[in-house]
Amino acid sequence: MSFAIAGYSLHPVLPELVLAVGTLVLLLVGAFRGERSTTLVGALALVLLVVTGVLVATLPAGRLVTFGGSFIVDDYARFLKILALIASAVTLLMSADYLGQRRIFEYVVLVLLSTIGMMVLISAGDLISLYLGLEMMSFALYVVAASNRDNLKSTESGLKYYVLGSLSSGMLLYGASLIYGFTGTVEFAGIAVAAREAGIGLIFGLVFLLAGLCFKVSAVPFHMWTPDVYEGAPTPVTAFFASAPKVAAMAIFVRVVLTAFPDVTLQWQQIVVFVSIASMALGSVAAIGQRNIKRMLAYSSIGHMGFALVGLAAGTAEGAQGVVLYLSIYVAMTLGSFAVILAMKRKGLATEEISDFAGLSRTNPVLAFFFAMLMFSLAGIPPLAGFFAKFYVFLAAIKAGLFTLSVIGVVTSVVGAFYYLNIVKVMYFDQPVGAVDPVRVELRTVLAVSGIFNILFFAYPGPLVSAATAAAKSLF
Amino acid sequence: MTTWPILSVVTFLPLVGAALIWLLPGRDEAADRNARWIALWTTLINFAVSLILVARFDSSLAGFQFEENAPWLDGVIQYHMGVDGISLPFVILTTALMPFCIAASWRSVKSRVPAYMVAFLILETLMVGTFSALDLVLFYLFFEGGLIPMFFIIGVWGGPRRVYASFKFFLYTLLGSVLMLLAIMALYWNAGTTDIPTLMKTAMPHTLQTWAWLAFFASFAVKMPMWPVHTWLPDAHVEAPTAGSVILAAILLKMGGYGFLRFSLPMFPLASHDFAPLIFALSAIAIIYTSLVALMQEDMKKLIAYSSVAHMGFVTMGIFAGTMQGVAGGVFQMISHGIVSGALFLCVGIIYDRMHTREIAAYGGLVNRMPLYAFVFLVFTMANVGLPGTSGFVGEFMTLIGTFKVSVTTAFFATTGVILSAAYALWLYRKIVYGALVKPSLATIKDLTWREAAILLPLVALTILFGVYPKPVLDMSAASVQQLVDNYSQAVTAVKAAALVQ
Repeated sequence: MSFAIAGYSLHPVLPELVLAVGTLVLLLVGAFRGERSTTLVGALALVLLVVTGVLVATLPAGRLVTFGGSFIVDDYARFLKILALIASAVTLLMSADYLGQRRIFEYVVLVLLSTIGMMVLISAGDLISLYLGLEMMSFALYVVAASNRDNLKSTESGLKYYVLGSLSSGMLLYGASLIYGFTGTVEFAGIAVAAREAGIGLIFGLVFLLAGLCFKVSAVPFHMWTPDVYEGAPTPVTAFFASAPKVAAMAIFVRVVLTAFPDVTLQWQQIVVFVSIASMALGSVAAIGQRNIKRMLAYSSIGHMGFALVGLAAGTAEGAQGVVLYLSIYVAMTLGSFAVILAMKRKGLATEEISDFAGLSRTNPVLAFFFAMLMFSLAGIPPLAGFFAKFYVFLAAIKAGLFTLSVIGVVTSVVGAFYYLNIVKVMYFDQPVGAVDPVRVELRTVLAVSGIFNILFFAYPGPLVSAATAAAKSLF
Repeated sequence: MTTWPILSVVTFLPLVGAALIWLLPGRDEAADRNARWIALWTTLINFAVSLILVARFDSSLAGFQFEENAPWLDGVIQYHMGVDGISLPFVILTTALMPFCIAASWRSVKSRVPAYMVAFLILETLMVGTFSALDLVLFYLFFEGGLIPMFFIIGVWGGPRRVYASFKFFLYTLLGSVLMLLAIMALYWNAGTTDIPTLMKTAMPHTLQTWAWLAFFASFAVKMPMWPVHTWLPDAHVEAPTAGSVILAAILLKMGGYGFLRFSLPMFPLASHDFAPLIFALSAIAIIYTSLVALMQEDMKKLIAYSSVAHMGFVTMGIFAGTMQGVAGGVFQMISHGIVSGALFLCVGIIYDRMHTREIAAYGGLVNRMPLYAFVFLVFTMANVGLPGTSGFVGEFMTLIGTFKVSVTTAFFATTGVILSAAYALWLYRKIVYGALVKPSLATIKDLTWREAAILLPLVALTILFGVYPKPVLDMSAASVQQLVDNYSQAVTAVKAAALVQ
């Protein structure tokens, strides 16, 4: 870029700029053409996300830093940005039916705005851009949660998410201010240097910062909003919540902890280990009693974030690689699962109870087969992709000597296997309760891609594993 | 030696058959028939291909043969396959029994036939893979992957309490295995590889051996199953369809014993030596206790299931005796039990198909109307008892001799199990086959059809052949077993010598 000043090049933020400008254009299109334009806006948004993804992939290799260190593009950021973009694009694709019915183009624009927030968040190099990205992502999410505004549960979930989200942002800001106060800098690299001599005040700030981040990844004990919001929000929105924002929030969690506090490992490790154990345990036990599939997946996602944190707890490059791989596979599994839930309609009405899946293997064998494989994968049974996700995080944890954490982790995964198996049981062993509607083509596509990735990942895992390795290395 | 990856072909050929069935259109009678024939031909061809392995196998070599290497996960964890004298018999056992299983399900499975056949073919791939994987992670993948098809086989085509049985089977086995997975990771960081041949040569610290041994034990003891973690087996056996029980008894149980032979003994010799008394105690308890429990059963399948636990007790005892006779006997006993218990479940399945009950009390006097069946059942009952002249005798006798050299007490208690097994097996036979045919429901029961006879008679022949001439199996495994036993005793004596010096 010709107008680049030293340290303030705009080239690294080109994808974000394109996405932001494009989003504003789409907003104008929607505003001028009204509700009729929903489909057009949706289609253009997909194109925009693809273009942004290509731009991210074609940025010059290596580590690019701009805005005086507050924006970093490294392999780690590239990998996770593309993952978040894919997740956003796929959820938009899966929302086609919902958009067709509700005709709200604002939904599309809000998803795009939230995606911009995620990209800033993933690239954040200091506490200020972290907060900016996080809030931009979250504000859009609060609104989309309530996008079905005539529905009591949807509005309730939006409000609940907003109030609790603000609280956690407050904690995060408080933590950030303490860290700034005790280190004199907001930049991660600077904090890392200052943290070597810092005392209790910094640790205090660290705890609050982590509490705020735990809220965003819905880790125990900051998980309470998750089941209600997942259940209340419209299903395409839930699919979005469960995928892209989780990637972004976990990405910054890992980046903050590993790049800003590498020399106080012991302090944050205790917190992460506790949060991880609590999330895995609660996620696997609390899901057992659920009757609503979205609520069950909410607890399942809490558990999965616990497993991802196992990798972070290791605090090593292997651990970061495990987290990155975990997120990729988790996104694939989650999007596939939500494609099934969206496809489960009888006479045009969505069904969300687990008992509605009874005998699905007879009424729609393909749907049942893919969903069963996704359930086994979420449970972490080889040779499905979910096994490799767990394999790499525990591999890192064992290397770091976190044996207790690992043993508790694998035992909770066995407990968790129970409720995933239960879904398979309902679909395959129980008597059918009536046919389901034909599945829309975009859902079939998403399900097929996710299902095949999930089943055949073991045959050719090389590229994803080495990309994750490269991503993790760039943090160290 | 070979120009084509013969082991991979044997492993993945069933998947091709499964894909063919999957792709066939239609859900009617014709599709069911096609699925059966494709499955049968796939398993038969696979058996034929696996015989090439036998033909080309050089039994004078102790190491791995037919090795294949390909990059897989990252630089370190590789796709490494190969067989030696210990694993080849199990590969052949698997490929040989699969056609029988398919044939046994020909008429008895009526619902969702294509899916059933697909599940069995996938299971075959995973079982062959388990026995021929030479990388720990790859092994784990095949080992655990088998849970998924088996879960469906029990749960979809099983008996009245199939849901309970399938969950119990799945979760029990999974819990044992995840601990092994952690141990695999610990081994990876210790040696920097998960390559099994390399790990066998790597000396490990004693503490790591102890922990890893316990973790592997958690998995294999459940799979075996050893007392007191055997309780999933009777449930799974009773509820599974006939062919499912056959596979479970004949092959899946052997994975535990194979695991002990492949991992515990060669990789953790010191820990194996330390824990041998524990294994002896558990084995002796299993042999006596489950035999007594078997005496009390009212369900035929449950009785055979408990007798399987008792027979596996002989295997674990023989393996951890660490002597040539014990280990070779353990291998032989597993192969023999694979044939005999599989055949017994087939026998039960045959009368179950006719009467739809497995209660012992519902039968009696079958010899009057089913003479051929009575003969076949007699041979397998005698093999189960361990009558000399049947394959069951050879394995039990060798494991007992092998153990006698190490622990007289264990051998003493285990031998009483031979008497008890005669008691329950003959009791079962008398109740079902002998006596007058008084029950009106049995008045029209028919003898074996040609299909059933074609399934059972080859197994009768094998049982008697291996009983009087066990050499083929023993020769095949001799070199590998010898090496295993030598390395084991060397490692143990080295430590003892070191302890004496201090």
